[in-house]
Formats: sequence, C-alpha cells, structure tokens
Amino acid sequence: MKKLIGILSLSLVLLFSLNVYAAKVAVIYDSGGKFDKSFNESAYNAAEKFKADTGHDYMDFEAANNAQIEQGLRKLVDRGANVIVAMGFAMADAVAAVAAESPDVNFTIVDVNWLQGDNLQQIVFKEHEGSFLVGMIAAMKSQTGTVGFVGGMDIPLIRKFHGGYEQGAKYVNPNINVLMNMTGTTPEAWNNPTKGAELTKAQIDKGADVVYQAAGGTGIGVLQAAADAGIFGIGVDANQNYMHPGSVLTSMLKRVDVAVYNAFKTTVDGNYETGVFTLGLAEDGVGWALDEHNESLISDEMKSKVEQAKKDIISGKIVVADASAQ
Amino acid sequence: MVKAVDKTKVPWWVSNAVVPLVNLTLAFIVSGLFIFISGENPYQALKLILYGSFGYLEGIGYTLYYATNFIFTGLAFAIAFHCRLFNIGGEGQAYIGGLGVFLFAFYFSALPVSIVWLLAILASMLFGAAWAIIPGYLQAYRGSHVVITTIMFNFIASALMVFLLVDVIRDRRQMGPTTEALVKEQWLPMFKNIAAYFGYKVGYSPLNISFLLAVLASFGVWFLIWRTKWGYEMRAVGHNTQAAIYAGISPKKNIILAMVISGALAGMLGVNEILGVHHKILVNFPAGYGFTGIAVALMGRNHPIGIFLASLLFGMLYQGGSEVTFDMPNITRYMFVAVQGVIILFSGALENLFRPQIEYFFVNTMKQKAVT
Repeated sequence: MKKLIGILSLSLVLLFSLNVYAAKVAVIYDSGGKFDKSFNESAYNAAEKFKADTGHDYMDFEAANNAQIEQGLRKLVDRGANVIVAMGFAMADAVAAVAAESPDVNFTIVDVNWLQGDNLQQIVFKEHEGSFLVGMIAAMKSQTGTVGFVGGMDIPLIRKFHGGYEQGAKYVNPNINVLMNMTGTTPEAWNNPTKGAELTKAQIDKGADVVYQAAGGTGIGVLQAAADAGIFGIGVDANQNYMHPGSVLTSMLKRVDVAVYNAFKTTVDGNYETGVFTLGLAEDGVGWALDEHNESLISDEMKSKVEQAKKDIISGKIVVADASAQ
Repeated sequence: MVKAVDKTKVPWWVSNAVVPLVNLTLAFIVSGLFIFISGENPYQALKLILYGSFGYLEGIGYTLYYATNFIFTGLAFAIAFHCRLFNIGGEGQAYIGGLGVFLFAFYFSALPVSIVWLLAILASMLFGAAWAIIPGYLQAYRGSHVVITTIMFNFIASALMVFLLVDVIRDRRQMGPTTEALVKEQWLPMFKNIAAYFGYKVGYSPLNISFLLAVLASFGVWFLIWRTKWGYEMRAVGHNTQAAIYAGISPKKNIILAMVISGALAGMLGVNEILGVHHKILVNFPAGYGFTGIAVALMGRNHPIGIFLASLLFGMLYQGGSEVTFDMPNITRYMFVAVQGVIILFSGALENLFRPQIEYFFVNTMKQKAVT
C-alpha cells in the first residue's frame, strides 16, 4: 500500500512538473469545421499564431456531430490538455459536463456566459455594439436610404448583430429602411454562398446599396454579390476588407482570435483567469476595421462621427440594446 | 464474359454473405488508397478504426449508440421501400419525433417515470408518423411524388423546429437554440449506469437502453413485413400495383400505411437522442442520421438483419473515424464521408459488379465436386 501511495504521489509530482514545463493546449471546433473562413477559422489562425510565436504545439479536433463534442473534450482531457478552448454555444452542455468531471483542466468557451464552474473561462462579445458602429457607417454611406442585412441561421446570436446594426443605422438616419434576411434554418445556412448572393441581389433590387453580413461562409457570397453589383458590403468577425477592396466598406471585428490566443498564452505563462468575460468596444473585443483597402471609402466626417459614437457607447451615453436578451 | 448461372443453384450464403463481403473488402481497399494518398498508413488507420469502435467498452458504447440511430432510420426507409416508396424524409420525421418525445416528457413530468417513457415513445412514433402521413396522402391521392414531398418536409421540419427553439420553447436563461433539460429521473438508463449497477466500472458513452428498443423494432419490422397480412399487402403493392389491385388490395391505403409506419420508426430516433443522450432538444439533433439511414437500408437489403449489420458497420465508421481523425491529423472527418461514399458505391451501385463471376465460381466448383 505504501509503495502504491509512493508511486501515486511520485506520478502526481511528475504530472505537476509536466504541467509547468509543457502546458498542453487544445481547441475544439464545432460542426462548421476549422476552415469555415469565419468563426472557427479565426480560432485556428490564432492557434497557428500561438504555435509560431511560442513554439508550443497544440491539439485540435473537429466535432462532426453533437455526440462527438463531449467525446472530443474527454479525449483531449485524457491526453493531458491543461486548457481546452471550445468554439460556440453548441458546446455549452458538453463543456459543463466534462468540466465538472475534470476540475484540474481549464475550459474556455466562446459565446457562452451562463455556465457554472470554477474551471471555466466564458467569453461573450457585445456584437451589438460593433454592429451599431457599422450600421452608422452603412447609413452614412447609403444614397438610397435603404440598407440590408443578411444573417446565417435565425438564432438569438445573429439577431444580436442585426439589432445593433439597425439601431446604428437609425441613429444616423431615423427614416432609413433596414432590410433583413436570414439564409436558412439548417446548419447549411452558415455555408451557402450561393444563397447569400441571391439574398443580396434581392435586397439590391429593393434598393439596398450597403449590405452587412453575419453569416459565416455564406457571407463570402454576400460580399461577392455586393462587389459584382457595384454596391457596398460589410464584412464580419475577421477583417474582410481585403476580399473586395473598394467594395467592402468595413468589417465588424469580433476578436475571437484574441480570445483563443490569450487563453493559450496565459496558460503557458501561468496567469490564466477563470470567470465570465464580456468583451465590448471598451475592451476592444469588437470594433470596426479601417485599413488601406477601405480608407478611400470612409470620409473624415464619417470617421469622426463613428469614433464619437464609440466613445459615447463606452461612456454609457449611447445604450445599444441587446436583441438576444429579449 | 461469364455465363449467367441458374439462380436457384446458388447457395443462399453466396449471395447474402460472400458477395457483400467481397464488395466491402473492395471498398476498404479503395478507401485505403485514399488514406495512402493523404500520407498516412492505411493499415494503421484500419487498426485504429477497429480498436476505436470495438476495442474498448466506451468505444463499443459509441458504436452501438450510432448504430441505434441507424437502425431506426434504416428500418424506416426499408419499410417504405417494401411498398416501393422512396422515403427520404427520415431526417425531418426524426426531428419532429424528437419534438414529441420532449413535449410529452416535459409536460407530463408529474406522471410516474415508466408511464412517461411509454408516452414519450408513443409520442415519438405519433409525431414522426404525422410528419410522414401528409407526403403519404399526397402520393396516394394526388400522385405527388414522395421523394419530392418528403425532402420538402425535411426543410419544413427544420424551419418549424428553429422557430420553436428560438421563439417558443427556448430556455430563456441562455442564448443557444435549445430547450430546458428534462429532469434527471426521466433520463433513460445509460449503459454506464447499468454496468455500474452490476459492479462494473465503465466510462461515459452515450449508449442507453434505446438500443434494446431498436433491436425490438427490428424484430417488429421483420414480423410485420413477412408474417402479417399488412406486410404482405404492402409488399404486393410494392412489387406490382396492378396485380395488387386485381387481388383486391388498395394501393392508396397501403401507401399511407407504409409511410405512417416509416415515419413512426424514424421518429423513434428522438427517443435515443432526447430521452437517452441529450435530454433536451438541440438544434439539428438528427445530424444526418436520417439520410445515412437510406444507405444503411440499401446496404442491408431492406432486411432487419442486414440493417442491423449495416448499422454496426456505419456505427463503426462514425466512431472509428472520429478516433482516426484524432490520431492522424492528415485525415479529416470529410475523409470518412468519402469512405462511406465508397462503401455505398460498392455495395449499392456496383453491387452486381462481381456477382456473376462469384456465383459462377461457386456453382461450378460445387458441380465439379458432385461429379468427382
């Protein structure tokens, strides 16, 4: 028995020292897959950047169905992961279950803030604040008084983007007409650029001359259709200004990549923090993109107005309602 | 060119075991080539698949869990197919069946658990059947092709469920399109818990007693199709509608009946997913099992035993495939969609590629034996 305890404690010490010297980090992508040109891919890019910066390798897994999420999480725990980043609200239940079983492993989950647990880092973004700013830009740029929004699947998260966009547009021009279409009701809606393009064309026919997309891979079609028709598109999540310079007016940045990178980096550095983190304009978790591809499209007046609104939102002078909270 | 042989002289095990096995082996060889091209060792991959799906208890649990879903949707497709109806609406029928399970379990939570389980199983069948009866009616009385209407009904089911999950039955404490969880007492016993009851410690796997329900359903389908008047009538309509009418069998009635039973079986997938595993409705929980069920049924030659074996094979591919993608970074999950495709190609579309040669070989060798 004593021998057993000895071996056990020795292995514990070994395990502990391993943790310190070779922290293992992992990320698990949802059914969109790691190359979805959007949400999951920004996590993948962050992981690759982490690898390049620090020389640490990482583990990853693409869950093909709901059952595989929990299975994948357990596997990563078994392989000694110290932190696991889970992408998206679809993983909430699986993370809650596995986190409760594995108190020594930390879990970062994006787009979720309602779980309980001491080893959870839950990160949500105030997409409505960033969308408000791009809504303002859209309304200021629009000549026709009609702007459009194309969403992926009609879920609360996407309504949050739309709600902020509409409020921003109306803030500039109370009479503006904001069109809205959701692409579909199956997960296919995140990866259907053809349908995204069709919806955009329909909105253009109704007079829209700026279209904002929050539709994952579908959004590529939205931006393409906007560029083809000579109107403006607005990108989402990552900076998509480069995709059609001169046509992509701006992009609403949601810094998922920063969240993933920080989860990895802080684990390696030993200052990982658990809790709920809400990242808005004040925390630079969301924002709007201005670079060499779109600077000619944004006048100084537009820029100053948007920056003023940003300050007002941070100070609380402008309150952007969260459409998903209803 | 091999001469056709007298079918009656071919032993039953040649067409039912040897031919499928040869096709399957070929499919695996071609799949191995894919794996080789993507820079991994096919032999290692095969070993990983086998170990991952049948090598340890949790792995077996996952394999059988997937198989449970495939048995339900495979049987659903098969029973409609015996009436020559191509029901590709299993996905939508399963989705709606799951809704039935949840609603009954959630709103009758005051009743004793065993009654809730019974009600929930009946609800899954009722809801699934209700989703299939409309395409069935349209086929029988209006001649609208069931392939078109069932696939349309998949989209309608999906739209309806997203609407319900977002605006009506969503758990408002969180943002995902899911419902509240059922109370713990209502969860179907897990394989893990049953093993623990008998003193064995097994890790988590989603396998639960709905697997037994699936086995029971397989037996029920066999009995229905080959041992009852209903089954006979359905098969008669499927084989030759004109002859069936001449024999006094109503095609209209049987088309609707076949679709109703088919929908009920697909709906039972909801029992496994909602009552057994997730305990709440997740958006898109049928996750393609309805469509894979078509391949399972075709591979299993629409016979419950064949469907059971094909379900095991697909369960093995799902579970083993996930293990392989874990250990072999060059192999993505899409590779296993391709592997499934190759298997369906060889055992479905190219089923008769080597059949004449194999049958000729066996009939001839046996003849020679008889002579000597």
